Amino acid sequence: MTGVRVAGVGLTHFGRHPERTGRDLFGEAALAAREESGVALEDIESINYGNFMGSLSERQGHQAPLMAEMVGLQCPATRYEEACASAGVAVREAVRAVRSGEADVILAGGCERMTNLSTADVTEGLATAADELYEIRAGMTFPGAYALMARAYFESFGGEREDLAHVAVKNHDNALPNEYAQFHRAITVDEVLDAPMVSDPVGLLDACPVTDGASALVLVSDEYAAEHDVDAPVSITGSGQGGDNLALHDRERLAVTPATERAAAEAYDDAGCSADDVDLVEVHDCFTIAEVLAIEGLGFYDHGEGIGAARRGETTATGDLPVNLSGGLKAKGHPVGATGGSQIAEMTRLLRGDHPNSDHVEDATLGVTHNAGGTVASAVVHVLEVDR
Amino acid sequence: MTDAGYDEWLDAVDDGEGYFLACPEGHGSLPPRRVCPHCGSTGLDHAALPSTGTVETFTICYVGGPDFADEEPYATAIAEFGDVRLTGVVRGVDPEDVTVGMPVEVTVGTNRTTGDDLLILQAR
Ligand SMILES: [Zn+2]
Repeated sequence: MTGVRVAGVGLTHFGRHPERTGRDLFGEAALAAREESGVALEDIESINYGNFMGSLSERQGHQAPLMAEMVGLQCPATRYEEACASAGVAVREAVRAVRSGEADVILAGGCERMTNLSTADVTEGLATAADELYEIRAGMTFPGAYALMARAYFESFGGEREDLAHVAVKNHDNALPNEYAQFHRAITVDEVLDAPMVSDPVGLLDACPVTDGASALVLVSDEYAAEHDVDAPVSITGSGQGGDNLALHDRERLAVTPATERAAAEAYDDAGCSADDVDLVEVHDCFTIAEVLAIEGLGFYDHGEGIGAARRGETTATGDLPVNLSGGLKAKGHPVGATGGSQIAEMTRLLRGDHPNSDHVEDATLGVTHNAGGTVASAVVHVLEVDR
Repeated sequence: MTDAGYDEWLDAVDDGEGYFLACPEGHGSLPPRRVCPHCGSTGLDHAALPSTGTVETFTICYVGGPDFADEEPYATAIAEFGDVRLTGVVRGVDPEDVTVGMPVEVTVGTNRTTGDDLLILQAR
């Protein structure tokens, strides 16, 4: 089985781009990734593209061939939809295709356009990641779902909003030097606690923003990299995906995320590593509680222990296990269908040493990315390693 | 829009004859189902839904979707009813007064924005 290397990464600025179409955003990211990789255009064999709500936000279904066109190709192009984990599965399927020997070069990534919708319409659009009959019709929103999980966590394990506020403060600090991040603004614990409530106990500053943006990666086989002298020191050495019941109320427990545990177990086994080997991690922190659930699901903390990690300084940039050095979804932004690809792009930059936060992890060799769909009814985990 | 399975279920709840689907392994689930979502068993029988449940977690939603514009703020809760849990809007108490462990009855009410049927967890 061949290895898979990240030959190039491309990101747009994450933020508000009301005047730009999804095709324009993805075109920018894809072009940047291809230029960085140096791969010949005609060598790209397929495009694996993540997008969640383009049919609602831009009245544009069937986006994948459109994106191929924007890159200058008529190659096979497929859209992957897994709610907020759309790009995660798009990348995972690219990894599997390269490993199987079916392809040597795939362009993978994703895009989402969201800020052109009203708050109510975004709320409605995002809610479609939940169970329509039993959750959406009962007034559940995306922040509301995580609020239900946060309160269930407090009830099961303890912890308080102030613990979660430290997650937000940390991720905003990490985003400060990141040129692609939506927010370049430090915040305080008090600001998080005093922010207006969206869905109690989730406040405005516990939530990721509404974001437009795109991400793209050029993935190549080891053989292709060697043959074409591609400079690609970072490999994707493990991939895993896990599932769970769609509706929160159908899960056995409301404050643990077995889909993440399943995805992590598969990815670690695939890479031949364990949670102990991980130097840094990018997790799906769409809400502050989501980061806590993620670092527990990934095996870095026991259930009930992750909530204090940011407050204790363990997951800050200078801590033992930096979490979300990119700024995370919370501060870098969360263009839903682009997020999973963006996490891998950021991890690649961090491991290569060309990320503004690479100095915090200069000896790092192994990083993990975690991309979750909905209330973690799906999760995709990747292990990335760099040649040293 | 009609939804076979769900509409019948909601009507049954409204008539005070709520049910859930029970599999031979003892798992509970809500319709429409052809198999148990926990074990894949096709042997699903109707079992009586307890009329009273207990709030396990809740949120007070200040920003809803367009379908809930006239409800804000409202409390949505997940309550345990024996072998199943239900998600519904809490009524009969101020949203700020909802608590974990609070007993609720399941009923059907009306969504004030859309006029559609709405699953209600009524404070007792
Ligand atoms: Zn069963």
